[in-house]
Amino acid sequence: MIVADKKPIEEIIEEVKDHDKILILGCNECVTVCEAGGKKEVGVLASALRIYFLNQGKEMKIDERTLERQCDQEYLDEIRDVADDYDAILSLACGVGVQFTAEQYFSRPVYPGVNTCFLGATEERGLWTERCQACGQCVLASTGGICPISRCAKRILNGPCGGSSNGKCEISKELTCAWHLIVERLKSLDRLDDYEKLFPIKDWSTDRAGGPRKVVREDVQL
Amino acid sequence: MRLKYPSSVKIVRVPCTGKIDILHIMRAFEKGADGVYAVGCMEGDCHFDSGNFRARKRVEQAQKILHTIGLSGERVQMYNLSSSEGPLFAQIAREMTEKIRKLGPNPIKLAVKKAA
Ligand code: SF4
Ligand code: SF4
Repeated sequence: MIVADKKPIEEIIEEVKDHDKILILGCNECVTVCEAGGKKEVGVLASALRIYFLNQGKEMKIDERTLERQCDQEYLDEIRDVADDYDAILSLACGVGVQFTAEQYFSRPVYPGVNTCFLGATEERGLWTERCQACGQCVLASTGGICPISRCAKRILNGPCGGSSNGKCEISKELTCAWHLIVERLKSLDRLDDYEKLFPIKDWSTDRAGGPRKVVREDVQL
Repeated sequence: MRLKYPSSVKIVRVPCTGKIDILHIMRAFEKGADGVYAVGCMEGDCHFDSGNFRARKRVEQAQKILHTIGLSGERVQMYNLSSSEGPLFAQIAREMTEKIRKLGPNPIKLAVKKAA
Protein backbone atom coordinates (compact mmCIF):
# COMPACT_ATOMS: atom_id res chain seq x y z
CA MET A 1 0.00 0.00 0.00
CA ILE A 2 0.93 3.65 -0.16
CA VAL A 3 2.29 4.75 3.18
CA ALA A 4 1.67 8.29 4.35
CA ASP A 5 2.28 10.20 7.54
CA LYS A 6 0.23 12.94 9.14
CA LYS A 7 1.15 16.53 8.50
CA PRO A 8 1.58 18.65 11.62
CA ILE A 9 -1.65 20.43 12.53
CA GLU A 10 0.18 23.78 12.46
CA GLU A 11 0.98 23.26 8.79
CA ILE A 12 -2.61 22.34 7.99
CA ILE A 13 -3.88 25.42 9.82
CA GLU A 14 -1.63 27.55 7.59
CA GLU A 15 -3.02 25.84 4.48
CA VAL A 16 -6.68 26.42 5.23
CA LYS A 17 -6.79 29.47 7.48
CA ASP A 18 -8.10 31.89 4.86
CA HIS A 19 -11.09 29.77 3.90
CA ASP A 20 -14.57 29.79 5.41
CA LYS A 21 -16.01 26.45 4.39
CA ILE A 22 -13.82 23.42 4.05
CA LEU A 23 -14.42 19.74 3.48
CA ILE A 24 -11.95 17.32 5.04
CA LEU A 25 -11.89 14.36 2.72
CA GLY A 26 -10.50 11.05 3.92
CA CYS A 27 -9.76 7.89 2.00
CA ASN A 28 -10.82 4.42 3.08
CA GLU A 29 -7.87 2.52 1.73
CA CYS A 30 -4.09 2.88 2.10
CA VAL A 31 -4.14 5.94 4.36
CA THR A 32 -6.73 4.30 6.62
CA VAL A 33 -4.47 1.31 7.12
CA CYS A 34 -1.47 3.50 7.95
CA GLU A 35 -3.67 5.58 10.28
CA ALA A 36 -2.96 8.89 8.58
CA GLY A 37 -6.02 9.77 6.54
CA GLY A 38 -8.97 7.49 7.26
CA LYS A 39 -12.36 8.33 8.71
CA LYS A 40 -11.02 8.49 12.24
CA GLU A 41 -8.14 10.82 11.36
CA VAL A 42 -10.62 13.01 9.47
CA GLY A 43 -12.76 13.21 12.62
CA VAL A 44 -9.88 14.03 14.94
CA LEU A 45 -8.49 16.67 12.61
CA ALA A 46 -11.92 18.19 12.05
CA SER A 47 -12.49 18.47 15.81
CA ALA A 48 -9.06 19.98 16.35
CA LEU A 49 -9.51 22.55 13.58
CA ARG A 50 -13.02 23.49 14.74
CA ILE A 51 -11.78 24.08 18.26
CA TYR A 52 -8.76 26.02 17.02
CA PHE A 53 -10.65 28.35 14.68
CA LEU A 54 -13.52 28.93 17.11
CA ASN A 55 -10.97 29.99 19.70
CA GLN A 56 -9.44 32.34 17.15
CA GLY A 57 -12.86 33.92 16.76
CA LYS A 58 -13.18 32.63 13.23
CA GLU A 59 -16.33 30.87 12.21
CA MET A 60 -15.32 28.17 9.83
CA LYS A 61 -17.59 25.45 8.51
CA ILE A 62 -15.60 22.24 8.65
CA ASP A 63 -17.28 19.10 7.35
CA GLU A 64 -16.09 15.51 7.23
CA ARG A 65 -16.37 12.92 4.53
CA THR A 66 -14.46 9.78 3.71
CA LEU A 67 -14.57 8.15 0.30
CA GLU A 68 -13.83 4.57 -0.59
CA ARG A 69 -10.91 5.80 -2.69
CA GLN A 70 -9.82 9.15 -4.04
CA CYS A 71 -7.91 7.67 -6.95
CA ASP A 72 -11.08 6.54 -8.72
CA GLN A 73 -13.50 8.79 -10.48
CA GLU A 74 -16.60 6.87 -9.48
CA TYR A 75 -15.95 7.49 -5.80
CA LEU A 76 -14.89 11.08 -6.28
CA ASP A 77 -18.19 11.65 -8.07
CA GLU A 78 -19.94 11.04 -4.75
CA ILE A 79 -19.12 14.55 -3.61
CA ARG A 80 -20.12 16.15 -6.92
CA ASP A 81 -23.35 17.64 -5.56
CA VAL A 82 -21.87 18.93 -2.29
CA ALA A 83 -18.51 20.21 -3.56
CA ASP A 84 -20.00 23.62 -4.35
CA ASP A 85 -20.80 24.11 -0.65
CA TYR A 86 -17.09 24.45 0.12
CA ASP A 87 -14.40 26.88 -0.84
CA ALA A 88 -11.58 24.38 -0.28
CA ILE A 89 -11.03 20.67 0.14
CA LEU A 90 -8.45 19.26 2.51
CA SER A 91 -7.63 15.78 1.27
CA LEU A 92 -6.13 13.23 3.64
CA ALA A 93 -5.48 10.75 0.82
CA CYS A 94 -2.04 10.14 -0.64
CA GLY A 95 -0.63 12.50 -3.26
CA VAL A 96 -2.49 10.55 -5.93
CA GLY A 97 -5.82 11.18 -4.24
CA VAL A 98 -5.07 14.85 -3.61
CA GLN A 99 -4.21 15.42 -7.26
CA PHE A 100 -7.08 13.41 -8.65
CA THR A 101 -9.49 15.29 -6.41
CA ALA A 102 -7.98 18.56 -7.59
CA GLU A 103 -8.42 17.50 -11.22
CA GLN A 104 -12.05 16.57 -10.69
CA TYR A 105 -12.83 19.71 -8.69
CA PHE A 106 -10.80 22.12 -10.69
CA SER A 107 -12.34 25.34 -9.49
CA ARG A 108 -11.48 24.97 -5.82
CA PRO A 109 -8.19 24.56 -4.04
CA VAL A 110 -7.38 21.10 -2.75
CA TYR A 111 -4.78 20.89 0.01
CA PRO A 112 -2.79 17.88 1.20
CA GLY A 113 -3.31 16.83 4.81
CA VAL A 114 -0.69 14.07 4.81
CA ASN A 115 2.85 13.56 3.59
CA THR A 116 2.97 10.66 1.16
CA CYS A 117 6.05 8.59 1.94
CA PHE A 118 6.47 5.33 0.01
CA LEU A 119 5.09 1.97 -1.08
CA GLY A 120 5.44 -0.24 1.91
CA ALA A 121 4.11 -2.75 4.36
CA THR A 122 2.92 -2.70 7.96
CA GLU A 123 5.63 -4.52 9.92
CA GLU A 124 3.79 -3.95 13.15
CA ARG A 125 1.31 -1.41 14.41
CA GLY A 126 2.97 1.98 14.05
CA LEU A 127 5.88 0.72 11.94
CA TRP A 128 5.80 0.88 8.16
CA THR A 129 8.75 0.16 5.91
CA GLU A 130 9.49 0.60 2.24
CA ARG A 131 9.33 -2.39 -0.09
CA CYS A 132 8.93 -1.16 -3.67
CA GLN A 133 9.82 1.87 -5.74
CA ALA A 134 7.57 1.00 -8.65
CA CYS A 135 10.50 0.71 -11.06
CA GLY A 136 8.25 -0.72 -13.74
CA GLN A 137 10.36 -3.80 -14.44
CA CYS A 138 10.22 -6.09 -11.45
CA VAL A 139 13.32 -8.14 -10.70
CA LEU A 140 12.07 -10.01 -7.65
CA ALA A 141 12.12 -13.32 -9.51
CA SER A 142 15.92 -13.33 -9.55
CA THR A 143 16.55 -11.80 -6.15
CA GLY A 144 14.81 -14.26 -3.91
CA GLY A 145 11.83 -11.98 -3.51
CA ILE A 146 13.82 -9.16 -1.96
CA CYS A 147 13.93 -5.87 -3.82
CA PRO A 148 17.38 -4.32 -4.27
CA ILE A 149 15.87 -1.21 -5.86
CA SER A 150 13.90 -0.13 -2.83
CA ARG A 151 15.89 -1.76 -0.06
CA CYS A 152 19.47 -1.13 -1.16
CA ALA A 153 20.51 2.48 -0.60
CA LYS A 154 22.43 2.43 -3.89
CA ARG A 155 19.83 0.47 -5.83
CA ILE A 156 22.56 -1.82 -7.11
CA LEU A 157 21.75 -4.97 -9.01
CA ASN A 158 24.95 -6.92 -8.50
CA GLY A 159 25.56 -6.44 -4.81
CA PRO A 160 26.55 -6.24 -2.14
CA CYS A 161 28.85 -3.25 -2.41
CA GLY A 162 31.97 -2.84 -0.28
CA GLY A 163 30.01 -1.01 2.37
CA SER A 164 28.20 -4.10 3.55
CA SER A 165 29.60 -5.38 6.81
CA ASN A 166 28.25 -8.03 9.15
CA GLY A 167 25.03 -7.96 7.22
CA LYS A 168 24.48 -4.24 7.78
CA CYS A 169 24.44 -1.40 5.29
CA GLU A 170 27.04 1.32 5.57
CA ILE A 171 24.42 4.06 5.71
CA SER A 172 23.09 2.83 9.05
CA LYS A 173 23.83 0.07 11.50
CA GLU A 174 20.08 -0.37 11.88
CA LEU A 175 19.62 -1.17 8.23
CA THR A 176 20.15 -4.71 7.05
CA CYS A 177 21.99 -4.86 3.73
CA ALA A 178 19.46 -5.82 1.06
CA TRP A 179 22.06 -7.90 -0.73
CA HIS A 180 22.87 -9.72 2.48
CA LEU A 181 19.17 -10.59 2.71
CA ILE A 182 19.10 -11.64 -0.92
CA VAL A 183 22.08 -13.98 -0.55
CA GLU A 184 20.63 -15.48 2.64
CA ARG A 185 17.30 -16.05 0.97
CA LEU A 186 18.79 -17.59 -2.16
CA LYS A 187 20.86 -19.84 0.07
CA SER A 188 17.81 -21.08 1.91
CA LEU A 189 16.02 -21.63 -1.41
CA ASP A 190 19.05 -23.57 -2.61
CA ARG A 191 19.30 -21.19 -5.52
CA LEU A 192 22.72 -19.63 -5.01
CA ASP A 193 23.39 -20.30 -8.69
CA ASP A 194 21.08 -17.38 -9.41
CA TYR A 195 23.41 -15.15 -7.46
CA GLU A 196 26.24 -16.04 -9.77
CA LYS A 197 24.36 -14.70 -12.80
CA LEU A 198 25.20 -11.09 -13.59
CA PHE A 199 22.30 -8.72 -13.95
CA PRO A 200 22.38 -6.94 -17.29
CA ILE A 201 22.13 -3.15 -17.19
CA LYS A 202 18.64 -2.31 -16.05
CA ASP A 203 16.36 -0.37 -18.37
CA TRP A 204 15.58 2.61 -16.16
CA SER A 205 13.24 4.13 -18.70
CA THR A 206 10.37 2.32 -17.00
CA ASP A 207 11.38 3.96 -13.72
CA ARG A 208 10.85 7.65 -13.00
CA ALA A 209 13.93 8.42 -15.12
CA GLY A 210 11.72 8.15 -18.19
CA GLY A 211 9.37 10.89 -16.97
CA PRO A 212 5.78 10.44 -15.77
CA ARG A 213 4.55 6.98 -16.63
CA LYS A 214 1.32 5.45 -17.72
CA VAL A 215 -0.10 2.00 -18.10
CA VAL A 216 -2.35 1.47 -21.10
CA ARG A 217 -4.29 -1.77 -21.16
CA GLU A 218 -6.27 -2.08 -24.33
CA ASP A 219 -7.51 -5.50 -23.26
CA VAL A 220 -9.55 -3.98 -20.45
CA GLN A 221 -10.41 -0.66 -22.05
CA LEU A 222 -14.03 -0.17 -23.04
CA MET B 1 -19.47 3.07 50.41
CA ARG B 2 -21.57 6.12 49.46
CA LEU B 3 -18.51 8.20 48.77
CA LYS B 4 -18.91 11.73 47.56
CA TYR B 5 -17.27 13.11 44.44
CA PRO B 6 -17.90 16.37 42.59
CA SER B 7 -21.21 16.39 40.70
CA SER B 8 -19.57 18.11 37.75
CA VAL B 9 -17.92 14.82 36.83
CA LYS B 10 -19.98 12.94 34.24
CA ILE B 11 -19.14 9.28 33.96
CA VAL B 12 -19.06 7.59 30.57
CA ARG B 13 -18.80 3.86 31.03
CA VAL B 14 -16.77 1.81 28.60
CA PRO B 15 -16.10 -1.93 28.72
CA CYS B 16 -12.35 -1.29 28.97
CA THR B 17 -10.27 1.89 28.75
CA GLY B 18 -8.85 0.35 25.57
CA LYS B 19 -12.19 1.28 23.99
CA ILE B 20 -11.51 4.98 24.52
CA ASP B 21 -10.55 6.59 21.30
CA ILE B 22 -8.78 9.85 20.76
CA LEU B 23 -11.85 10.85 18.74
CA HIS B 24 -14.09 10.50 21.83
CA ILE B 25 -11.77 12.79 23.75
CA MET B 26 -11.63 15.40 20.97
CA ARG B 27 -15.40 15.35 20.50
CA ALA B 28 -15.89 15.87 24.23
CA PHE B 29 -13.80 19.05 24.10
CA GLU B 30 -15.53 20.20 20.96
CA LYS B 31 -18.81 19.86 22.80
CA GLY B 32 -17.49 22.01 25.62
CA ALA B 33 -16.11 19.61 28.23
CA ASP B 34 -13.64 21.41 30.50
CA GLY B 35 -11.55 18.30 31.05
CA VAL B 36 -11.52 14.60 30.33
CA TYR B 37 -9.87 11.89 32.32
CA ALA B 38 -9.69 8.17 31.81
CA VAL B 39 -9.68 5.86 34.79
CA GLY B 40 -8.29 2.47 33.95
CA CYS B 41 -7.13 -0.58 35.83
CA MET B 42 -3.62 -0.80 37.20
CA GLU B 43 -0.96 -1.26 34.57
CA GLY B 44 -0.32 -4.96 34.14
CA ASP B 45 -3.81 -5.81 35.39
CA CYS B 46 -5.78 -5.24 32.23
CA HIS B 47 -8.26 -8.05 31.63
CA PHE B 48 -7.60 -7.57 27.91
CA ASP B 49 -3.87 -7.31 28.44
CA SER B 50 -3.11 -3.88 26.99
CA GLY B 51 -6.32 -1.84 27.08
CA ASN B 52 -5.04 0.62 29.67
CA PHE B 53 -1.75 1.07 27.79
CA ARG B 54 -3.68 1.88 24.64
CA ALA B 55 -5.76 4.37 26.58
CA ARG B 56 -2.64 6.04 27.94
CA LYS B 57 -1.24 6.40 24.43
CA ARG B 58 -4.46 7.99 23.22
CA VAL B 59 -4.62 10.31 26.19
CA GLU B 60 -1.07 11.41 25.37
CA GLN B 61 -1.98 11.97 21.72
CA ALA B 62 -4.98 14.06 22.75
CA GLN B 63 -2.76 16.09 25.12
CA LYS B 64 -0.43 16.87 22.24
CA ILE B 65 -3.22 17.90 19.88
CA LEU B 66 -4.89 20.09 22.50
CA HIS B 67 -1.59 21.72 23.25
CA THR B 68 -1.03 22.45 19.54
CA ILE B 69 -4.44 24.06 19.10
CA GLY B 70 -4.06 26.25 22.14
CA LEU B 71 -6.00 24.33 24.79
CA SER B 72 -3.98 23.09 27.72
CA GLY B 73 -2.99 19.45 27.32
CA GLU B 74 -3.36 19.25 31.10
CA ARG B 75 -7.08 19.03 30.55
CA VAL B 76 -6.74 15.36 29.61
CA GLN B 77 -5.35 12.90 32.11
CA MET B 78 -5.07 9.19 32.66
CA TYR B 79 -5.34 7.54 36.05
CA ASN B 80 -4.94 3.94 37.08
CA LEU B 81 -6.49 2.26 40.06
CA SER B 82 -7.92 -1.12 40.94
CA SER B 83 -11.63 -1.76 41.15
CA SER B 84 -11.60 -2.06 44.92
CA GLU B 85 -10.26 1.45 45.43
CA GLY B 86 -13.47 3.45 45.73
CA PRO B 87 -11.98 6.11 47.99
CA LEU B 88 -9.13 6.66 45.53
CA PHE B 89 -11.69 7.03 42.72
CA ALA B 90 -13.40 9.82 44.67
CA GLN B 91 -10.05 11.41 45.44
CA ILE B 92 -9.04 11.38 41.76
CA ALA B 93 -12.37 13.00 40.85
CA ARG B 94 -11.69 15.78 43.35
CA GLU B 95 -8.09 16.16 42.20
CA MET B 96 -9.06 16.41 38.54
CA THR B 97 -11.90 18.81 39.28
CA GLU B 98 -9.51 21.02 41.20
CA LYS B 99 -6.95 20.92 38.39
CA ILE B 100 -9.56 21.89 35.81
CA ARG B 101 -11.00 24.61 38.04
CA LYS B 102 -7.54 26.17 38.13
CA LEU B 103 -7.26 26.00 34.32
CA GLY B 104 -10.67 27.62 33.95
CA PRO B 105 -13.53 26.68 31.64
CA ASN B 106 -13.00 25.31 28.14
CA PRO B 107 -12.49 28.50 26.09
CA ILE B 108 -14.59 27.07 23.29
CA LYS B 109 -17.75 27.66 25.36
CA LEU B 110 -16.98 31.36 25.45
CA ALA B 111 -16.14 31.41 21.77
CA VAL B 112 -19.44 29.70 20.91
CA LYS B 113 -21.36 32.25 22.99
CA LYS B 114 -19.56 35.10 21.26
CA ALA B 115 -20.24 33.67 17.83
CA ALA B 116 -23.95 33.22 18.60
S1 SF4 C 1 -6.23 7.72 -3.07
FE1 SF4 C 1 -4.21 7.05 -2.41
S2 SF4 C 1 -4.58 6.37 -0.32
FE2 SF4 C 1 -6.55 6.41 -1.33
S3 SF4 C 1 -6.83 4.31 -2.18
FE3 SF4 C 1 -5.95 5.59 -3.77
S4 SF4 C 1 -3.76 5.18 -3.61
FE4 SF4 C 1 -4.64 4.54 -1.68
S1 SF4 D 1 12.15 -4.48 -8.54
FE1 SF4 D 1 11.00 -2.64 -9.00
S2 SF4 D 1 8.84 -3.29 -9.14
FE2 SF4 D 1 10.00 -4.96 -8.15
S3 SF4 D 1 9.72 -4.59 -5.97
FE3 SF4 D 1 11.64 -3.57 -6.58
S4 SF4 D 1 11.07 -1.46 -7.12
FE4 SF4 D 1 9.19 -2.68 -7.01
